[in-house]
Amino acid sequence: MKIKHLLAGGSLLALSTLPVAHAGATLDAVKAKGFVQCGVSTGLPGFSATNDKGQWTGLDVDVCRAVAAAVFGDASKVKYTPLTAKERFTALQSGEIDMLSRNTTWTLTRDTNLGLNFAGVNYYDGQGFMVHKSLGVKSATELDGAAVCIQAGTTTELNLADYFRSKGMKYTPITYDTSDETVKGFEAGRCDVLTSDQSQLYALRIKLKDPNSAVVLPEIISKEPLGPVVRNGDDDWLKVVRWALFAMINAEEMGVTSKNVDEVRKTTKDPGKQRLLGLSGIKGQGLQIRDDWAYQIIKQVGNYAEAFERNVGQGSPLKIARGINALWKDGGIQYAPPIR
Amino acid sequence: MSDASSEKAPAAASFWRDPEKRAWLFQVLVVAVVLALFGYIFQNTLHNLEKRGISTGFAFLNNEAGFGVLMSLIPYDETYTFGRTFLVGLLNTLLVSAIGIVFATLFGFIIGVARLSSNWIISRLAALYIEIFRNLPLLLQILFWYFAILPLLPHPRQSIELGEAVFLNKRGMYLPAPITESGFGWVLAALGVAIVASVFIARWARHRQDTTGQTFPVFWTSLGLIVFLPWLAFGITGFPLSWEYPELRGFNFRGGITVIPELFALALALSIYTAAYIAEIVRSGIQSVSHGQTEAAYALGLKPGQTLRLVIIPQAMRVIIPQLTSQYLNLTKNSSLAPAIGYPDLVALFAGTTLNQTGQAVEIIGITMGVYLTISLSISAFMNWYNKRMALVER
Repeated sequence: MKIKHLLAGGSLLALSTLPVAHAGATLDAVKAKGFVQCGVSTGLPGFSATNDKGQWTGLDVDVCRAVAAAVFGDASKVKYTPLTAKERFTALQSGEIDMLSRNTTWTLTRDTNLGLNFAGVNYYDGQGFMVHKSLGVKSATELDGAAVCIQAGTTTELNLADYFRSKGMKYTPITYDTSDETVKGFEAGRCDVLTSDQSQLYALRIKLKDPNSAVVLPEIISKEPLGPVVRNGDDDWLKVVRWALFAMINAEEMGVTSKNVDEVRKTTKDPGKQRLLGLSGIKGQGLQIRDDWAYQIIKQVGNYAEAFERNVGQGSPLKIARGINALWKDGGIQYAPPIR
Repeated sequence: MSDASSEKAPAAASFWRDPEKRAWLFQVLVVAVVLALFGYIFQNTLHNLEKRGISTGFAFLNNEAGFGVLMSLIPYDETYTFGRTFLVGLLNTLLVSAIGIVFATLFGFIIGVARLSSNWIISRLAALYIEIFRNLPLLLQILFWYFAILPLLPHPRQSIELGEAVFLNKRGMYLPAPITESGFGWVLAALGVAIVASVFIARWARHRQDTTGQTFPVFWTSLGLIVFLPWLAFGITGFPLSWEYPELRGFNFRGGITVIPELFALALALSIYTAAYIAEIVRSGIQSVSHGQTEAAYALGLKPGQTLRLVIIPQAMRVIIPQLTSQYLNLTKNSSLAPAIGYPDLVALFAGTTLNQTGQAVEIIGITMGVYLTISLSISAFMNWYNKRMALVER
């Protein structure tokens, strides 16, 4: 805690003494230092967490890796800064990290008042509730008077207040600093309900000693588009991050995967795939990075479907269905502008 | 100087050779450099914030907060402003600090005296206590008390009951809330009168002892007054007090007063941790009084208890108070570890949730630091005043 306070203090000091950045400063600085400093969560399975080998993995981590692959041709050139929900924006504002990829909801206030820019949406989420099975609650409308565990500094706190207010129900909020403590509080029975983005609920549920002792309620009470964030006023860097994400989604749409990308690159006659893999079109010129940037992303990180299934989908303990995160042509809303 | 001007010596011409003027020059220079540095930091911060499109100013304090709070000493709900959340957080910080200071002092004095006990077991136990709690990180202790106590308590529907009025479960301790009716003011007035009377009796008794040497049972008389007078008023006005009992409804108890487990765990951890330091301070204070004083007191026929109360402690206090002050300051500042267990203090509510919702880190951290500084300086000022009162009066 003390260290975190120091960190926050340090960030503030940095905010006050940093020279003013010129547009493109972050991309130049990242190229010069040779790695991307990426802000992630303090541990959220499926999105950003360390595996048993101590490496960071997850859907959010894959965005960081995609950016590193695009800039350096090497997805491993990322350094991670674990941040709590409270610290994340200050860390980004002060320049301590180059980008924030930490299940962060895109809202009007954050986009306008915090000096930040959202680069896109890598997961469409919504807030839900998890309750102890023993309570026998079937719907969120039965939660009048409940004690609710929340993680501090999230949109969750506001959505929860709005939801209970609009339904004319009362609740007791218990607000913890990190998701680990939130789970512990829920497990110890301090609260009846744990509320968070629904994807996180599944991730937190498998952290419980007995995951079957809790159920996720069907209601979704908010829209939570989660995506990577960069500093305001640095368009070159914003575009690199944005198109790194778009390349993954476009690759899925074209059916290019990490396994077949080499073959596709050799044999394809499809002009769309040729542009994606940097064989024709404007290549990396507009983004001021290597020509084969999208190829490197697909080769080393994979397309969006691969990243999704590996981290949160069927290939993971979370087993979240694609749902609205499916591609637009498969009935979802994931849609990326064309690479041409 | 006066010699120089009368003799018209050339000393005035050499500005650099006049140590007084030189000292002035350097001091002005230092102040100017420091001011310029702060000015630069301030300007640059504003410039950077504006450049990056981050909002500045204190207008956000009037915006609706929109989030709920676990515990508030003043009326609060989601429709109140961020300014109000600041107040809620501040009061919660002051509450836990005050409780912590009272209990840390109490435990600290008891254990400090126990440490010096001639009974081997008592003094060893006190030493064990000090060594354990002084050497474990405070955050760990807070988490321990919180997550160790929670699982031991029952769920709301199986609460521990005490006479159908007090309930204890994982959500906290539920006490009946007193509801005063008209006429209760007389009871308070009687209590006030009893306290004032006790003070006068104490003064009178001391004066009498000084002049005649006769003692008077001040303690028992005062206690009798303070207990008896309010009860008398209470009876005469027809018991103008009723209780609102907590009631199990739906998920939990409603009504009455709730003591949340977060407050309990934080206050407990802070008291126990700081008490270990205070115990050592008390021990050092007592040991600073030479043993000859004790022997002299015994020789005069004072009992050990009286010796401690009348001879040793008043002298030890001079050593104890300055160090006690810094422990009080530490305790207050340490209460900012509250967010770890979800106690809604200033750091959790204002420098936490509010900061995150508004993003105005510079203003909010600035205000928060200002508040802790003010609290600390106030405690410090009070303790300095008390120290002056207790200090040795040299004649």
